[in-house]
This record gives sequence, structure tokens and C-alpha cells, in this order.
Amino acid sequence: MIETSITLDQFIQASIDTLYMVGASLLIGSLIGIPLGIALVITRPGGIVQNKVFYSILNPIINIVRSLPFIILMVAIIPFTRMLIGTSIGTNAAIVPLIIFISPFIARLVENSLLEVNPGIIEAAESMGATPFQVIWYFLLPEAFGSLILSITTATIGLIGATAMAGTVGGGGVGDLAIVYGYQRFDTFAMVSTVIILIIFVQGIQSSGNVLARKARKE
Amino acid sequence: MMIEMKGVYKTYQRKNVTTDALKGIDLQIQEGDIFGVIGYSGAGKSTLVRLVNYLEQPTKGDVIVDGQVLAHLSSEQLRAMKKQIGMIFQHFNLLESKTIFDNVAIPLVLSKRAKQEIKARVMELLEFVGLSDKAKSYPKELSGGQKQRVGIARALASNPKILLCDEATSALDPQTTQSILQLLKKINTDYKITIMIITHEMSVLQEVCNKVAVMEGGKIIEQGSVLDVFGHPKHPTSKNFVKTVIHNSIPSSVKRNVLHSENSRVFRLEVKGDTASEPIIYQLLKNYDVKVNILFANMTEIQETTLVILYLQFEGEPAAIEKAIAFVRGKVTGIEEVVEN
Repeated sequence: MIETSITLDQFIQASIDTLYMVGASLLIGSLIGIPLGIALVITRPGGIVQNKVFYSILNPIINIVRSLPFIILMVAIIPFTRMLIGTSIGTNAAIVPLIIFISPFIARLVENSLLEVNPGIIEAAESMGATPFQVIWYFLLPEAFGSLILSITTATIGLIGATAMAGTVGGGGVGDLAIVYGYQRFDTFAMVSTVIILIIFVQGIQSSGNVLARKARKE
Repeated sequence: MMIEMKGVYKTYQRKNVTTDALKGIDLQIQEGDIFGVIGYSGAGKSTLVRLVNYLEQPTKGDVIVDGQVLAHLSSEQLRAMKKQIGMIFQHFNLLESKTIFDNVAIPLVLSKRAKQEIKARVMELLEFVGLSDKAKSYPKELSGGQKQRVGIARALASNPKILLCDEATSALDPQTTQSILQLLKKINTDYKITIMIITHEMSVLQEVCNKVAVMEGGKIIEQGSVLDVFGHPKHPTSKNFVKTVIHNSIPSSVKRNVLHSENSRVFRLEVKGDTASEPIIYQLLKNYDVKVNILFANMTEIQETTLVILYLQFEGEPAAIEKAIAFVRGKVTGIEEVVEN
């Protein structure tokens, strides 16, 4: 009935590859992006440790990286990737541009989440004689926690889209499957099933993000 | 002296626009005072209160708290000073993500106190503000008045010497306002905490304050004991504020029909405290050959002292009126003739 040259093993391997790329770049991207987002908020004019020089350097850098479409970024930094990983092809090689792509995105999302925190809370914190670290740790982050979860959810979904693009340069994963079988070999079954897998991923991540955020907001 | 300001100016500079929020403030708040600062919005009272815990820095002049010039303190010393100063806010500023217990505990957590100590102190504070049963609730499950009680408990956690209240009752209904004000009074008497209250509601001052400063356009236009300012407001703005709680002028319909001549003179009398219970009118009528007509009378209780404002019309021979006035002058705290209609 179904004409396809794709095997179930390939599907499973592709899914694992996608999850691996998303997971690894999300983890490292968060480790870079969250502190950057916090830095943007506290150093901005009127922030708790405002620093004009630092902010006016960091802010445009993030904008510049964010303005590059992922597919361009990925190709542009091939020499850097090769230097780091030794190759520019494969799952591990794809993680390098994914991190560079997602870190500033996470920084912006985190910045937005933290800016949503009622300024009155920060004022209360400062009136208690909290140190800048205490303001961040005991006031900003807990109050923004629900919103931060949603930000990370958005970042994760953005990453799934990007990993699919990584497939075009042999990055592996579900996107690779869709390009190589679905597009280049006109395998409709492969095309449709990869689309379904991606939809399931995205739906699952968004739903769990929503549930966790609601929990964090004590609703 | 608990809080002192000397020639304080505050100027905000945004782009090319400069705003003078405070223009030369001199202020003294004694230990144990409940000091009210009243003014319309934009008068600079929020800026003023934030100078005390250095959320705002003065552009010029000195802010002295508990004998220390704030500008001379290191950031470490400033943080220690802030722990001596509690603050409550109009919109409470509680952490929505934390329980009532954790909200009250926060100042103690910041000071790295032991867990057992924190628990005991928080439960004691919740008991004091009447919210022991809400320890595990979240702020969004509480009413406005309850939230402010949590704010108060949190402000008291680190045993401050000063409590700053920034429009703390402005978002509450009159009944809840009353109960919060009573709580503030209790804090003042039980814990000997000096309280500074920022408000635009005269009734708040009337209820709890012993001293008051009236602000307008970044300046203090009048200050003194509540009784003095309420009894005898000098500045038009103060008069407007006092009018909201004490009717102290003759209704215009009565005013129109009053004749002013040397045989008919009108006086405004102010009587405070114990003298308010003396039978002045009776003595006047009995001992002097004048007709006395009460045009207006009002009695208000401020700080458990009675304040009476009385407009009397004296009719009779000029000499008899003079004699009667001389008698009255000795009996009242203030008297002045009302000459125009």
C-alpha cells in the first residue's frame, strides 16, 4: 500500500538525533542566554546596577546575531564550527550554530519575562536592603518563573524549527529525513510522517510548558 | 531626632527636561512621632519618603536618619540602615509566587537568620497582624486589607526603628483603612516605632498622626502639630485639605444675611481641649450686655483632643462688645474678627 524506502529504525534514529540536538543546544543556550537576559535587565537604564557602557555593547550584539536567519548563520560560521568540532557535518556540528542561534534569542525572551515583573517588587526588595544578587535570586527570578518557563518553551520550539534546517547541511534528525527522502526522493510518506512527528513534538512541548507555567503561577 | 532633612533638593534630569521634585525641604521627625505628609499628587511627597530609605538620593542637602548622614554611608552600611527602616506600599508589593509565610520571612532570609528563628518570628508577626491562619495562603487569595497586613508584618520583620507608609491605605475602602490605621497606631505604641505616613487623605492624618507637614510644588508649605494645622491652617492648600474633614466656615447663605457694623461684629473662636467644656456662652449672656448669636459651630476630635470652631455674632453697644470680647479672649485658644462677607 505505502511506497516508501524509509525504515522505522531511521525514524527512531532521526527522532533521537533531533531530541539530542534540541536538548544539548537548549541546555548550553540557556546557560548562556539566561545570564545574558538577566544582565540586560539589571544593566539597562534604571536597572538595579545600571551600566550604560555594558548595556550599549551587549544590546546591539544580541540584535546583530538575532537578525541573521538560521540557515545563513549556519553556513557563515562553518569555519568556526570546523575549528571547534573538527567537522561541519553531522549532529554535533549542528549544535554549534544552534547554540549561537538560540542564546541571544533566549536572552531576549528572558529579558522580556523579567521586565514583566512589577517594579514595585524590586522597590520593596531595595527598601529591605537586598544586595543586587538577592534582588535577582529572591525577587526577580521567582516572580518571573512562570513567564520564564513559557519563554524557554518558545525557545525550544524555535530550536526544533532550526534543527530541521540543520538537516539541509547533513545535520541529521527529522529535518534531514524530510529533505533527503521527502523532498529529494519525492517520498510523500516520509514527508507526511516527518511533518506529523514535528507537530507532535511541538504540541507536546507547548502543552507541558503551559502546564508547568500554570503550576509556577499557582493557578 | 529620628529623621532630619536639611535643605534637601531633588532634581530629575531626563533628556533635556529637568524637573524639580523637591525644592528646599527642612524637616524634623522626633522619635515616636507619627508624622503625616499630605499633599496633592505631584507635590513631591513620594519622592520625600523615598529619601529616608535612600531609594532616592538628594541632589543637594542632607538626609539624616538616626543621627547618620545617609550620603556618608558605604553601600554596606546603607543596606544595614535600610534594615532599620520598614516600608509599606499603596499596592502592597508582595511576591505573588510566594506564600504569606515566605513573604513575611523574606527580610529575615536576606539577613541569613536561622530557620528556627525565622519561623518563630514570622508566626509571631502573623499573630500580631491577625493573619496566623493565612500562613500557607498566597497573596492573590487575600483581600486588600489582608495584603496590607502582610505588608506590615513583612516591614516589621527585621525590628525596624522607622516605618514608612507610602499611601498605604489609598487603595483600601474606608472601613479597611480604619483597621489598618488602628494597627499602625498599635505598632507605634507597642513597639515605639517612628512612623512616617504619606497620604492625600486628611482623614488619615486626623486618625493617627500627631505631626503633619503639608506639601505643594516640592515644598513644605506648613508644618506643625496636627491640632495646630487643623485648627488654624494658614496656606490656602492646607485650608482646602482641612475643609475635607472639618467644616470651618460659615455657610454662604448665612454669611449673606450677616450685617457688619460697630454694633454687630462677627468673631471666629477656636477652642481646644478642656476649655471646650466651659460654659462660655452662658457666662457671656449672664455677665455682659450683649446679644450672642451662634452663626456656625463645629466640634472635631483630633488625637483625642477636642477642637471647637465657633462663629459668634455679638450685638450691642461698641463698649459692651469690647468688654465681652476681652472676656472671651481669656477663655479660648484663638479668636479673630471676621470682617468681610
